[in-house]
Amino acid sequence: MHPVLKLVVQRIALGLILLLAVSAVIFLGIEALPGDTAQAILGQGATEVSLANLREKLGLNEPAITRYFAWLWAALHGDLGVALTNGIDISTAIGQRFGNTLFLASCAAAIAVPLAIILGLVAARYNGRWPDKLISGITLTTISLPEFVAAYFVIFLLTQVFPIFQPVAMVFPGMTFWERLHAVALPVIVLVMVVLAHMMRMTRAAILNVMQSAYIETAELKGLSPMQVIWKHAFPNAIAPIVSVVILNLAYLVVGVVVVEVVFSYNALGQYLVDHVTKRDLPVVQAVGMIFAAVYIGLNILADVITIIANPRLRHPK
Amino acid sequence: MKLPFSAVLGIFLTSSFLFMAVFAQFLAPYSISDPSGGVWEGPSATHWLGTDTIGRDIFSRLIYGGQITIFVALASSTLAFSLGAFLGFMAAVKGGWVEQVMSRLVDLVMAIPSLIVALVILSVLPLNLTVLILVIGLLDSTRVYRLSRAVAMDIAVMDYVEAAKLRGERQTWIIFREILPNALSPLVAEFGLRFIFAVLFISTLSFLGLGIQPPLTDWGGMVKENKDGLVYGKSAALMPALAIAALAISVNLVADWILSRTSSLKGGRGG
Amino acid sequence: MTDQLSTMASMVAKGAMTRRDFNARAAAMGAGSVLASSFLATAARAEEPVKGGTLICGMQGGESTNSLDPALAASDVPFMINSTWGEFLVDVDRGELKMRLAEEVSSNADATEWKFKMRSGVEYHDGRTVTADDVVATLTRHTGDDAQSGAQGIVKGITAMKAEGDMVTLTLESGNADLPFLMADYHLLIQPGGGMDNPAAGIGAGAYKIVSNEPGVRTVFEKHANYWDSATGHADMVEVLSINDNTARTAALQSGQVHMMNRVDPKIAALLAGVGSVTIERAAGPGHYVFIMRCDAAPFDNNDLRMALKLGINRAEMVDKILGGMGSPGNDFPINAAYPMFDATIPQREYDAAAAAEFYKKSGHDGSPIVLQVAPGAFPGAVDAANLFVASANAAGIPLTLKLEPDDGYWSNVWNVAPFCASYWGGRPVQDQMYSTAYLSTADWNDTAFRDPAFDALMIQARGELDVAKRTAIYSQMANTLRDTGGLILPMFNDWVEARANTVGGWIANPAGSLMDGKALRACWLTA
Repeated sequence: MHPVLKLVVQRIALGLILLLAVSAVIFLGIEALPGDTAQAILGQGATEVSLANLREKLGLNEPAITRYFAWLWAALHGDLGVALTNGIDISTAIGQRFGNTLFLASCAAAIAVPLAIILGLVAARYNGRWPDKLISGITLTTISLPEFVAAYFVIFLLTQVFPIFQPVAMVFPGMTFWERLHAVALPVIVLVMVVLAHMMRMTRAAILNVMQSAYIETAELKGLSPMQVIWKHAFPNAIAPIVSVVILNLAYLVVGVVVVEVVFSYNALGQYLVDHVTKRDLPVVQAVGMIFAAVYIGLNILADVITIIANPRLRHPK
Repeated sequence: MKLPFSAVLGIFLTSSFLFMAVFAQFLAPYSISDPSGGVWEGPSATHWLGTDTIGRDIFSRLIYGGQITIFVALASSTLAFSLGAFLGFMAAVKGGWVEQVMSRLVDLVMAIPSLIVALVILSVLPLNLTVLILVIGLLDSTRVYRLSRAVAMDIAVMDYVEAAKLRGERQTWIIFREILPNALSPLVAEFGLRFIFAVLFISTLSFLGLGIQPPLTDWGGMVKENKDGLVYGKSAALMPALAIAALAISVNLVADWILSRTSSLKGGRGG
Repeated sequence: MTDQLSTMASMVAKGAMTRRDFNARAAAMGAGSVLASSFLATAARAEEPVKGGTLICGMQGGESTNSLDPALAASDVPFMINSTWGEFLVDVDRGELKMRLAEEVSSNADATEWKFKMRSGVEYHDGRTVTADDVVATLTRHTGDDAQSGAQGIVKGITAMKAEGDMVTLTLESGNADLPFLMADYHLLIQPGGGMDNPAAGIGAGAYKIVSNEPGVRTVFEKHANYWDSATGHADMVEVLSINDNTARTAALQSGQVHMMNRVDPKIAALLAGVGSVTIERAAGPGHYVFIMRCDAAPFDNNDLRMALKLGINRAEMVDKILGGMGSPGNDFPINAAYPMFDATIPQREYDAAAAAEFYKKSGHDGSPIVLQVAPGAFPGAVDAANLFVASANAAGIPLTLKLEPDDGYWSNVWNVAPFCASYWGGRPVQDQMYSTAYLSTADWNDTAFRDPAFDALMIQARGELDVAKRTAIYSQMANTLRDTGGLILPMFNDWVEARANTVGGWIANPAGSLMDGKALRACWLTA
């Protein structure tokens, strides 16, 4: 087998084992919290009798290990069970919310990734001159704002001062594509602000790094314009670090946007997970945690593979 | 070597923030907890930045809050660094199963979104500064581990390290004498970035109610307390938000300057 | 005078004043009855409900874990949603009993047997007819031994239930003059077949029928075409949106994305009112924030120490700072003017450092720290309130200190366990229910461990007493007992502070619960 292929297969296998380990870690983690689901559901209204009744009904009297393997077995067959707290089928609930998560992430990525790369290229082209300074200054500001500050800022600006968008970004089945776009406009703006800087700075740094190479000088001597040099020669050679930072940010857009979801009441996975963490609804936390973990691990494998392919030293180990 | 203007500005602002944090008790004109004016007053001669939701002086709270914010961020990123960098170097030098085990463990932790992990842990443990620092530091150390391992791996395949190995030097010697000096510059820059992410992370936790607890305060918590006034043009929430941004920018400027002398830039916003 | 008359007339139209009160006040002002009634007629026309449109309500408190099962409802959002699709046997409207699915209620002389005559021809959303059997089945589900219902304790005094034709007969263990009021409990929505087969189906006989329900996000309703009561259910569609972030919720109201919202932060109420297109609605409800001492745990088993703490809390300051003035000071018993038969003559307890110090000295406490356990989620502003309490008590020489607890597990590990902690009560429709829930010696939720046989006896006596004057006297005696010997420190009653767009008509403040006691969507209409 080709060594690169072997490495890739290895990474994927490791990823799957990792996923299994993550499911156990999440399970144990939730298990370690004080209180139990029955108490969390009934809250202040819990009595001994109602607690016992509810525990019995939810199957909480079984040992944790039994419940873990029962869950794992069902999950492998595509059955994520029902939420303990309200009996709603998890696969259905998650399916829709995961779609919303992906929708928000894709909208943000569709704007942020090309914009970041173009800005990065421009900044590298005018390295040290005013466009570079302007771009760096703006992205530095956006990366320095906590997400919730950016969120309230755009709510104030774009729903009160200029009433263009809605402060509540929920999307529902039956909405048209344009209605959805209009609904998620504010969270998308915030997320673009958050991820733009990181990717743009990486692009700029990677290009500048490559620009010091001898073949760039050759290209410049050939009489190509600076933008042509960057686009045709520098960019293809700087692609590996750029791709890996883009992927990191994609993972962030999927799994790390809880705060933005909370502020804009966006009905996606993060909010769903947080609600169920506080109620210790194990099957839901497991399921969502696994999806997040799978997305993260999958994207990281991709980043690893690209790094391996791009690095001759690693590709041909001594 | 001549310092660029942005670096001078960054160093100046960063040291001002540090100075303010260290001497908060002497600088703040009012108490952290006692109301000294009306609710949400605008800036005036007596209250330079106005008053907050129950009439406390924002300037004073900003100074005390800055002390806590900077202290927790500094402590947790120091923890993250000592731990993450050491283990990262170790993995790079040792290679083999040691590296595999550590890297997979780190993958395991990183695969679960850190904000979620923090929320779960902090909702159970008593909320005090030690717990907060430990949680943020440990979670962040995984990211430092990744960077240090990557940097160290690039250095470890260099000829001078190979030479040292062939000379039969001990691994700690290799880590501290060969790898550390050569990895220092990207790591220092990374420290700056990690510090900022720690500031943002604490602010986010406080915003979600699981960070710094009253009567202490931090900038994120101050934004949360005063955010409802924003929509009505009350500037109270803007001050701590600007403080977070100003601190982040000034540290970033310093980190950028250090980075500009190297070519590596890795690590991302906490996911 | 005409200005006053027209204001009063619109109050009548909104239901904030009765017709009889209006006539009496108009006569007192010297207005002839013709003049007065012409004002009434004009006001009624102006307040004529407008049909149609989509009325949207933005609420805090929705979670994706919420269920449509009325037995499990425990927070504002499920409460509102259930009140919109479901219908009760009877309703309590500002202390008065209103007939809903029942047409008539009657009891025997000692209030041990109650008969509810069912309204005929009321249809569920799925076309089935509401029957007396459904009522019995519903109550059985809530009272059954394996029920997880929040209403379990409320109706456990029922020993027998019978459905005959259109008549439901309930037999009680002992007389209870308040039984019809208990039937208005928000868990007791009548469901087809009692909801035995699918309790969370969301099918009821309410004004609106569920079109789609995404817990913690949005619930959409459409008008129930065959709804029996033409006086409610004006909009074609109504929606409940869960918007948990305060800023986003207010912004949504201001920008017209929603028409009404719950839980306006008292701090911003004045600012929000200044917007112009929005009206703040306040209602002085029975909900209250408390610090509870367990009377059976040292050092709180000493009444002098309890009195010292009760006098060492500054109620006015708390109402001012914690509630932003949107509330009223409490008097260490859980009843206020929101309840029928409240005795307003009981003197208000004030902060008195000297008296507190004296009681503290008398208690002979050894001076070791008295620990108050509190979590941020005990009630909104709990930590700030506890800090104020500590400061005022320390000023009286009482060594009170604070221990912060995490929100998580607070209700199972601290509340009803720790000797001294912070908590809240939402209040109940009638005094008997409040007392029997938390202050009866044997109550499950007796969180102050207050056990006084004389108090229990008074309560049972009041329960079977159909004479209002006598009952009022008994309740006054109970209030005084609790105030002077109980473990309850009740610094403040919190108002409901809510807001609606000016385009919403038909809003009548109802202190019993949030958003007109959950009836805002079916009672209000859009004027534009």
